[in-house]
Amino acid sequence: MTDGSARVWWRFLRNPGAMLGALILAGVVALAAAAPLLYPEGPFEMVGRPYAPPLSEFLLGTDMLGRDIAAGIAHGARISLLVGCVATLVIVLLGTLIGSLAGYFGGRVDSVLMRVTEFFQTVPSFIGAIVLVAILQPSLASVIGAIAIVSWAPLARLVRGEVISVRNREYVQSCVALGMGDARIILVQILPNVISTVVVAASLMVATAILFESGLSFLGLGDPNIMTWGFMIGAGRAAMRTAWWMVTIPGIAILLTVLAINLVGDGLNEALNPRLKQL
Amino acid sequence: MWQARLSYLLRRFAHGLPIVLAIVVVNFFLVRLAPGDAATVLAGEAGAATAQYMEQIRAQFGLDQPLYVQFLSYMKNILVFDMGYSFRHGRTVASLIFERLWATLLLMGTAMAISTGIGVLLGALAARYDRKPLGFAIVLFAIVSYATPLFWVGLMLIIVFALNLGWFPTSGIATIGADTGGLGHVLDVAHHLVLPALTLSFFYMALYTRLMRASMLETLRMDFVTTARAKGVAEGRVVRRHVLRNAILPVLTMAGVQVSGMLGGSVIVESVFGWPGLGLLAFESLAARDLNLLLGIFFLSSLLVVATNALIDLAYTLVDPRIELAGRSKRND
Repeated sequence: MTDGSARVWWRFLRNPGAMLGALILAGVVALAAAAPLLYPEGPFEMVGRPYAPPLSEFLLGTDMLGRDIAAGIAHGARISLLVGCVATLVIVLLGTLIGSLAGYFGGRVDSVLMRVTEFFQTVPSFIGAIVLVAILQPSLASVIGAIAIVSWAPLARLVRGEVISVRNREYVQSCVALGMGDARIILVQILPNVISTVVVAASLMVATAILFESGLSFLGLGDPNIMTWGFMIGAGRAAMRTAWWMVTIPGIAILLTVLAINLVGDGLNEALNPRLKQL
Repeated sequence: MWQARLSYLLRRFAHGLPIVLAIVVVNFFLVRLAPGDAATVLAGEAGAATAQYMEQIRAQFGLDQPLYVQFLSYMKNILVFDMGYSFRHGRTVASLIFERLWATLLLMGTAMAISTGIGVLLGALAARYDRKPLGFAIVLFAIVSYATPLFWVGLMLIIVFALNLGWFPTSGIATIGADTGGLGHVLDVAHHLVLPALTLSFFYMALYTRLMRASMLETLRMDFVTTARAKGVAEGRVVRRHVLRNAILPVLTMAGVQVSGMLGGSVIVESVFGWPGLGLLAFESLAARDLNLLLGIFFLSSLLVVATNALIDLAYTLVDPRIELAGRSKRND
């Protein structure tokens, strides 16, 4: 570990918000990993009497079909994290590719790619995602794809800006003079300098993607064979008058997970870009 | 001066045109992405549509014609806002959308006023009381609100303020059957508006609070602020006249960018509260698998974003006179 990265870690570890976020996040990851062991019968199994309130025979109560809400929370954590991570991975790949091509080559390539980016930034993203999922049929893959397609544009813009600021530095110019290929310059010389910006943006994007997924499955656009937190809230709505816990508990799960990821992202931002400290 | 503004506005709209065109093209091809025959997809795939309606759909989209003919006729229809017919509702898509539009605009406008107003206020307070309990409390509130899903906020507000306390109605835009008329109707709608508008503004309030706080803290460190203080200007006046005006610009920009996000949020808020706007219409069209209507809503909401972006740019030139109207190359002052 170099001196610089040690300092970055130290700044992160000293940040109470970031540590709290990392702790909560570790809990959610552990719950997701342990879900098949804790609730091997799966989240759809009817295990007890319907409408059982929390802290009765079940820790978090049951829903209107007698399914254990705790099992839904544990299995839902897997889906939330999976969607958040995979969607973000696709967004990072797409955004970095388009942003670095536009920023590095400039000129006509830049103006064409930025026009495309502008289009994706203008179209209302949530409605766009709804339309995509509705047309492609709800499934885990279509949800992830739709989230990625409507969310990559801001990252591409960010990467483009960073690449432009690095492109004309002397060490990059000297690589050009040495006759190094464009692909190699972008991958080896430029992108390593952009990576801290991308990491911070991506960590916050995981949280946004999780919120997005919960909104889609709340509207009934999730994969019907998969239990998600948003779906639990959407289903619990009908019983809201009598059974508050069916909508409240999964909401707290989403809130805590997204909050934890945001705290970690802010902490990373402060650790990696200490001079840009904002919040 | 305002001639320059008009031409600027026109130029901004012209800039938006290719995007509108692209949206039309994307809409056209999206339908063809769907598995199966586009006509059955558009009709809502169930056997509910009559043969006559299926013929109508085929004629409207010209599904038996070559692709470029289909595209041209689709373009021609869209240009006159002919977005087809919704079999489920028994009405044209355009009439449905325009009937629902104003409810969404009312909801979004109110939410935008609440979120920018309270966000600017909270952000300014948080910066003024930085590293003090009040500042910390505001930052904490903003961080938590920023992570809360909109639909859950709405449901919690319903449970607390509508079901338990009974202060506000649970859903709808007006009391059904109440013939109050005039002012009574306005008050009734306002009463119904409170919870949905608060829900929709929640996330954006948090966003603007964070932004305003950061922007205030940055401006407070600027040289001209120090100069003002050195001249002996009272602290309250420094904040009001020198800092706030500059710090508010990023919030304005962000508010413009967020119009598109708020449209998405309104789908969720409207389906939680049964608020009869475009968002609820989108939700209903999802449930009915009425894709033609959904695409119409998608098209109109994209148009709305293009238009508001242009208007926000114009508003920006009013707030910040440093922004040039004439563009970079020709400067004639």
